[in-house]
Parts: sequence; C-alpha cells; structure tokens
Amino acid sequence: MSDPAAAVEPGVDVHVHAGIGDPNAHHHSPEQIRREMKVYLAVFAGLAVLTAVTVGAFFALKTFPVRIAIMVALIIASIKGFLVAAFFMHLLSEKKVIYGVLILTVIFFIFLMTLPVSHHANPFGS
Amino acid sequence: MDAHAHASVGHAELEIPYNVHPRPDTGLYNGKLGIWLFLASEVMLFGALFSSLILLRTGAEAWPRGYEFLNVKLATFNTFVLILSSVTVVMAWSHLRLGDLKKGRIYISATVLCALIFLTAKGFEYSHEFQEGRFPKTNNFLAIYFTMTGLHGLHILGGVIVFLYFLGPGAKMWAKEPERYTNRIEIAGLYWHFVDLVWIFLFPILYLM
Repeated sequence: MSDPAAAVEPGVDVHVHAGIGDPNAHHHSPEQIRREMKVYLAVFAGLAVLTAVTVGAFFALKTFPVRIAIMVALIIASIKGFLVAAFFMHLLSEKKVIYGVLILTVIFFIFLMTLPVSHHANPFGS
Repeated sequence: MDAHAHASVGHAELEIPYNVHPRPDTGLYNGKLGIWLFLASEVMLFGALFSSLILLRTGAEAWPRGYEFLNVKLATFNTFVLILSSVTVVMAWSHLRLGDLKKGRIYISATVLCALIFLTAKGFEYSHEFQEGRFPKTNNFLAIYFTMTGLHGLHILGGVIVFLYFLGPGAKMWAKEPERYTNRIEIAGLYWHFVDLVWIFLFPILYLM
C-alpha cells in the first residue's frame, strides 16, 4: 500500500482547523481522533440546547408579530445548520473543490429562493 | 506467466482508482467528491420545495399555523433523536478510524435505531393527522407538509437501508480493506448529516411558524 501522503501534491491544502483535523488525512493519531470525538459530543450538546431554545423562544414570542418569530426561529436553525455542516460534515477544513461545488450550489439555491419574490413583484402576473 | 499471475494482472486492471487514497488533483477520494455532488443535487431538490412553500405561503390570504394542530412535542423529540443519530454516525466513523470495528458497528446500530424511532414517531403523527381528517388534499399547507416530511422520511429510510447494508454484508470489506470501509461510512455519514440538516429547517418552518 502506498503512502497516502505521497498521493497528495505539495500544493494541495492539508491542515488542521479548530480541533477538527483534515478529514481527508488518513493517518491521524489516536489522540487527535479522541480529541475530535470530544468536539463532536460538545457540538451535540450545543445542538440539543439550541433545539430546546428554538421551541422555548417560539412560545415566548407567540404574542409577537409572526415576522419576528420567523426571524428568531430561522436564526437559531441557521446556527444549528452551521454546527452540523462545520463540525459533523467537516466543512471547516475541507478541500477547495468541495467549497467550489458548494458555492455554485448556494448561488443556484439563492436563485430558487428569490423566485417567489420575483413572482409577486411581477406586475403582469395573475 | 502462470494462472495466478494472470489473475493478479486481471485484478489490477479492474481496480477502481482512488477508492481509498485521495486523487492528486482534488485531494479527495472519488466517493467523497461523488457524495458532495449528489448532496448538491439534493440541496436543489429540497430547495425547490422550500421555494414552493414560500410561494404558496406568501400568495395565500390565510395560512394555517402548524403548532395549532401538529404535534410539536413529538416533532421536538424527533429533532433530538435525529441530532443524536448524527453524533452516533461521526462516533462510528471515529471508532473505525481507530481500528475498532466492534464499537463502530455499535454506533452504526445506534444510528439505525434512532432512524427507526424517528420513522415510528412520524408514522404516529401521520396516522393521527389522517384520523383527524387532515390529508394532503385538504389544503396547501398540508399538501406541502406531507410532501416535504414524506420526502424527508424517504431519505431517512434510504439511510437505514445503507447503514443496514454496512452492518451486514457490507461489513465483510473491513477484513480486506478497512480504510475503504471507513471511507464508506464517512460518505454515508455525510448523507445522513444532510438529512439531519434538512430537518433542522423543516421543523421550525412547518411546526412552529
């Protein structure tokens, strides 16, 4: 079996980020993997707390205008989404090609989300 | 050249490259790039439904509030279960990287269990809605609710099938190619986290708003 490190060109970024090692590096030390596991458990605790906060905040804000409740719920959901993507999906330390794919996806996703707006803004629409 | 040598040459010719080690140009093994491209298409699939939901909601004179009749407690419980299943997948992957197949399988089994609990709870929710006479045809809210949660449920079911395969016949790979097996769990996990991510947004949008 060849050395995996040798298969990566010198220019390809392999680095360690915020306690989560490069997920594409095959030879992490057991200590590093155990450290990562502690980070995963901390993220899980954070997600559980944020889920409780989402429900609590919503019922606390029930008397407020819907727009505010929607905004608060979406902000908390976005924080939770960031935690899952950044730590569980290792997007904090991924390869450039994945970031490229995701940037393209985000552009098309934003376009999809603006379609309803353009529909309502269309003065010729039914 | 003897028969064994011929077989070896034949095997080498059939071997799919970059299954385990990263390609020099992408820095990734091929399966990982493949799953991210698949997830990009999934973002567009669910994105189209979220866009439809916005269109229906902003175009409606009155829109039902999910929390008034949907089971928020059960959905909150399901959110916890799905988050728990996400952490069990990364723990399985971590234990496999440590060379511990036994613990890896325990965590994969825990993920499957969480998924089955989620689907069972969803089944109870659906049956309650049907008993109350709430069907997809009832109104636009219920149409989009059943479409989005139903599609999400199918993704959960797909994940269960994949993880059961890796617990059963797929686990044979560990004996000969442990790194490849570990990579497979990693990419199945990436899919699973995406399914979790979708639910993180579905839950407040459908149940709380």
